[in-house]
Amino acid sequence: MKKLINQQPGVVSRWALGLLPFVLIAVVYTLSSNARLAENPNDKLLPAPSHMLESMTRMAFEPSKRTGELLLWQDTGASLERLAIGVGLAALTGLVFGIANGAIPLLRAGFSPVVTGISLVPPMAILPILFITFGLEELAKIMLIFIGITPFLIRDLQQRTMEIPEEQIIKMQTLGANTWQIIVRLILPQIMPRLITAVRLSLGSAWLFLIAAEAIAATEGLGYRIFLVRRYLSMDVILPYVMWITLLAFLLDFCLNRYSHWRYPWFHDRSL
Amino acid sequence: MAIIELKNLWKEYGSEVVLERLNARVEAGEFITIVGASGCGKTTFLKMLLGTENPTRGELLLDGKAIPEEPDATRGIVFQRYSVLPHLTAERNVMLAGELAANRYTGHAFGARRQELKASAQVMLEDVGLGHAINKYPHELSGGMQQRLALAQALIKKPRILLLDEPFGALDPGIRKDMHALVIKLWREQQLTVFMITHDLDEGFYLGTRLWVFDKDRLDPQAPGAYGARITYDLPVGKDDHGTLEDIATRVDSTARVLG
Repeated sequence: MKKLINQQPGVVSRWALGLLPFVLIAVVYTLSSNARLAENPNDKLLPAPSHMLESMTRMAFEPSKRTGELLLWQDTGASLERLAIGVGLAALTGLVFGIANGAIPLLRAGFSPVVTGISLVPPMAILPILFITFGLEELAKIMLIFIGITPFLIRDLQQRTMEIPEEQIIKMQTLGANTWQIIVRLILPQIMPRLITAVRLSLGSAWLFLIAAEAIAATEGLGYRIFLVRRYLSMDVILPYVMWITLLAFLLDFCLNRYSHWRYPWFHDRSL
Repeated sequence: MAIIELKNLWKEYGSEVVLERLNARVEAGEFITIVGASGCGKTTFLKMLLGTENPTRGELLLDGKAIPEEPDATRGIVFQRYSVLPHLTAERNVMLAGELAANRYTGHAFGARRQELKASAQVMLEDVGLGHAINKYPHELSGGMQQRLALAQALIKKPRILLLDEPFGALDPGIRKDMHALVIKLWREQQLTVFMITHDLDEGFYLGTRLWVFDKDRLDPQAPGAYGARITYDLPVGKDDHGTLEDIATRVDSTARVLG
């Protein structure tokens, strides 16, 4: 018998072991739900899976009585749009300032301290300022995501830029490159996969800021819906919505990761 | 006129003297190997030739004028590692110099110009023995192949001076011999002036036309930084004696043939 640290699971047991916790959670939930419903058929805290499915079918495929919209898709569309614009702008800003700060010492001297300072401001603390400045519409929510993750992206990409080996920057110069060419031919292409990694890391915070902003002031959106139906203790909507958000987050992360592997093979295969 | 001239050259960091009173003249076409203990300022000297470090006293002249204080296309370099760009294939790495020259904003070449660069990159890659690896990324190449690629990338720019900073230090002995043959061949073909740092004394004697030994001839064990290193030996290696060079070249060639 090998020592425990030397025992590797096979393909089948790896999948089985990975799925086991999910199955356990589902079983425990169903048992608890059944127990509560047996005692009180109107219990709202742990709705039966069939009940959740019913509610979600209503949210997804029946037009709302009040607005005539398909609520789930409307909410999803609204939230993803905010997330995409907020994260997209943050990624672009992070890329430009991260590379500029990382590559050019004169710019770094000017911008780096202020970026560090701003990154220490808790974004939620300035949410009221955002609502006052940008109103309660889309802009404030996008700005919260933007302000929340941009300083992290700038600092991370600045660091990654500075980690590019000095040898390569010298090499570019000996091949006749000017500063701009060093940025577009050496630094930018090498930073792109690192940008994707940084965005993947920041998506968790981006979702947090999105849902927080939607909870406080919105008329549609996944976060808005959860906090709206909370008033009616509608766990049959909240729980599937949370799972739906989780699935969306997973898919986003998965797609970014796949894209990065496909587009930047040199980056991911390097360590092999 | 000498291509490189050192006139009473000093390099100090604060109170620590790294190099002192260096005087030498290097003619175009010389192949200088530099050996010496670690910390004797070999790499500092190479960095001064490169332009990333500046002399604190004295003069370092290129063609009789002060050497530019930043790296440029007159001096090509191959480092021990990180010399090639990991995000470009072998071919694109070699095309890079031409692409940078083609457009000063995008650093890319298009159309006929691009085809030309592609063709000459392929010739260059064949020349260094990488004809089969044109579309491979550097991480797919072995250490020796990466250094071949680095040489091809540097030499396609036709620098007048080639700086080699322990380029074969990380390679297996057999591969090293191959690389020696390659460097000698390229040096002859392109009439380069080469400065090569090496840890390997044999390599220093074996390659090149002139050997420099960097050493501290005054060394105070209580204060090792008090005095700097100088060129303690400046030996012609087969320079005046053409037979020796031929001899070395033949031996290198035959070794290369054996190792395939």
